Amino acid sequence: MQLQCPMPKLDFDVINLGHGSGGVLTNKLLDSGVFDLLSNPILDERHDGAIFELEGKMAFSTDSFLVSPIFFPGGNIGELAVNGTVNDLAMCGAIPKYLSLSFIIEEGLKVTEFWKILVAIKGACEEAGVQVVTGDTKVVEKGKGDKIFINTSGIGSIHSKAKISSKNIKVGDKIIVSGNIASHGMAIMSVREGLEFDSEILSDTIHLNHTIKSLLDTFGEHIHLLTDPTRGGIATVLKETAQSINLGFDITQRDLPIDNQVSSACELLGLDPIYVANEGLFIAFVDESIAVDFLEMLQKDENGKHAKIIGSATEEHPRQVIMESAIGGKRVVSMLPGEQLPRIC
Amino acid sequence: MKYMSEYRDPEVAKAYLEEIKKTVTQPWSIMEVCGGQTHSLVKNGIIDMLPKEVTMIHGPGCPVCVTPLNIIDKAIHLALEENVILCSFGDMLRVPGSKKNLLEAKAEGADIRILYSPLEAVRIAEDNPDKEIVFFAVGFETTAPANALSVIHAHRKELKNYSILASHVLVPPAIKAVIDDEESKIDGFLAAGHVCTIMGNAEYHPLSATYKVPIVVTGFEPLDVLQGILMVLKQLEGSKAQVENQYSRIVKEEGNPEAQKMIHKVFEIKNQIWRGIGEIPESGYQVRPEYADFDANRKFKIEIPEAPENPDCISGQIMKGLKKPFECSQFGKKCKPTNPLGAPMVSSEGACAAYYHFSGLVEA
Repeated sequence: MQLQCPMPKLDFDVINLGHGSGGVLTNKLLDSGVFDLLSNPILDERHDGAIFELEGKMAFSTDSFLVSPIFFPGGNIGELAVNGTVNDLAMCGAIPKYLSLSFIIEEGLKVTEFWKILVAIKGACEEAGVQVVTGDTKVVEKGKGDKIFINTSGIGSIHSKAKISSKNIKVGDKIIVSGNIASHGMAIMSVREGLEFDSEILSDTIHLNHTIKSLLDTFGEHIHLLTDPTRGGIATVLKETAQSINLGFDITQRDLPIDNQVSSACELLGLDPIYVANEGLFIAFVDESIAVDFLEMLQKDENGKHAKIIGSATEEHPRQVIMESAIGGKRVVSMLPGEQLPRIC
Repeated sequence: MKYMSEYRDPEVAKAYLEEIKKTVTQPWSIMEVCGGQTHSLVKNGIIDMLPKEVTMIHGPGCPVCVTPLNIIDKAIHLALEENVILCSFGDMLRVPGSKKNLLEAKAEGADIRILYSPLEAVRIAEDNPDKEIVFFAVGFETTAPANALSVIHAHRKELKNYSILASHVLVPPAIKAVIDDEESKIDGFLAAGHVCTIMGNAEYHPLSATYKVPIVVTGFEPLDVLQGILMVLKQLEGSKAQVENQYSRIVKEEGNPEAQKMIHKVFEIKNQIWRGIGEIPESGYQVRPEYADFDANRKFKIEIPEAPENPDCISGQIMKGLKKPFECSQFGKKCKPTNPLGAPMVSSEGACAAYYHFSGLVEA
């Protein structure tokens, strides 16, 4: 969704150090629209922190967003910052409620760009049904940041039927991935300086909390683990999970859902899509008995139409993820030593 | 995507494997020369699908692995110069120099850019007239035309701030060196398809004839590799030794004459040191004197003392096919992709890294 909020008229075009000083300029920047745009009764108190009531079991999560470039095909850093924390909470089985929002801005950021990011934040919050209740803005000298960094923390109440823990995964559990892999990472890659290539690949940044809620409503404790394979891709998440529970996972390369363009781009750049970052994607480990129904329901959801069962949990090779290759051979899936570096040839 | 799925069809793979089993009557050792083929073998789990009579030996064809330590040290030295932007292919960044690697130099503040094309480096040179742009021109014959083209472009645009730090290696002399090694036990070769796309097959005929060894020019998809192996085995079992072209959809007998012209315009052949192996006669390219202004080696006159390799690393024996990665006492112990003692543990095309990631021999 693209919100059209007219930008307020300001007497400055770029953000400078003064806008992070806490003084007149900071107030000018915030009063210019930030508070109006994100307005809600708790934020409008403009106190040092947010005051609210909560009941029951909670999930709390935090994440920082440093994506470069800040505007990319399919989104920008603003919606990414909201969706990222919303999804982390959803993976805990929580219904996300409140967010904190902190900006670290490099001086020189254009106000028009900042406004565009804010509008995206507002849109993402409205769609996910969460409120920004507290925040902070700091400005660093040119060269000490990369345009803008955003941190969000979030809090949400645990769904009454949710019982999410990697300890609940058992032999026979099916592993379901909610959509096409590697789209976000390749969308970013396609606009990185020096690597640009023409494509229609879009980031899949999206909030997953409504999708997760309806799955929890229906399948409750039969959903054993939910996890979002952001940095490090699905390979890293699967390997980490296998190591933490002393079971192994078998997955099949042919069953991995991937968009044709993304797959071609990975091939061209010499990158393995199972290590490429995702955003609006989750992996569910579910009881074998409900796997087919779970998949059917997920595929009817806008965020799950490409969902697939990609494998299952086994006691055969504890702590190891084994992938059957396209031609039927077997290989282990390990974690990367660092960033995936494009190959020479 | 058809061009990919076609060459990864499990039914066809099964048929090739059946035929390989039917063909083989005795043990054979086949070297895949190119790291891309090693990567494909291991990533697709092909090694374990082959009958036990067939041993695949992983050759020296990973440019990242064989780039001399001294050149890496030079690249790091240049990158740390105040006024230099060093441009490089991605997987060179983690290769250990004698003291550090390029990623660590980047963390120290060096301006290092990862590129896919040297022409992009020429553009960076145009955009940054106050900076010296150095492209770390590494690779086999495959990357040589584009690297040469970047020099031709920079020359045409009269750029004074562009140069390449060239470390090019050539495949046929390396195959010869491997066969000449007294300990070598290789019965047949899969030659590197992409190298032959540029250079053609001419240089391989005398090798095959002189040493009586089958050489099959092979591609990189799993079915390419399986078919290449089958073709070598058929020759071996039939006591033949000739050059065959498995990768005929890409490779022409004469190669790509235009690309060859570009290479010869900018580069000349020289003796080249291969990291872990040593000097191989006439196995590398250097920039011709006519283009000296675009040769970082001449332009910057950097003298970096030769540093010793890590004594625990047996990469030379691995690249000559004398040892398997897991036969190294440091494999997965002191030597890991996070702390490589030698280059084959760095690039995913390096035999050690490929085994480390995909074979399950260590808990990665």
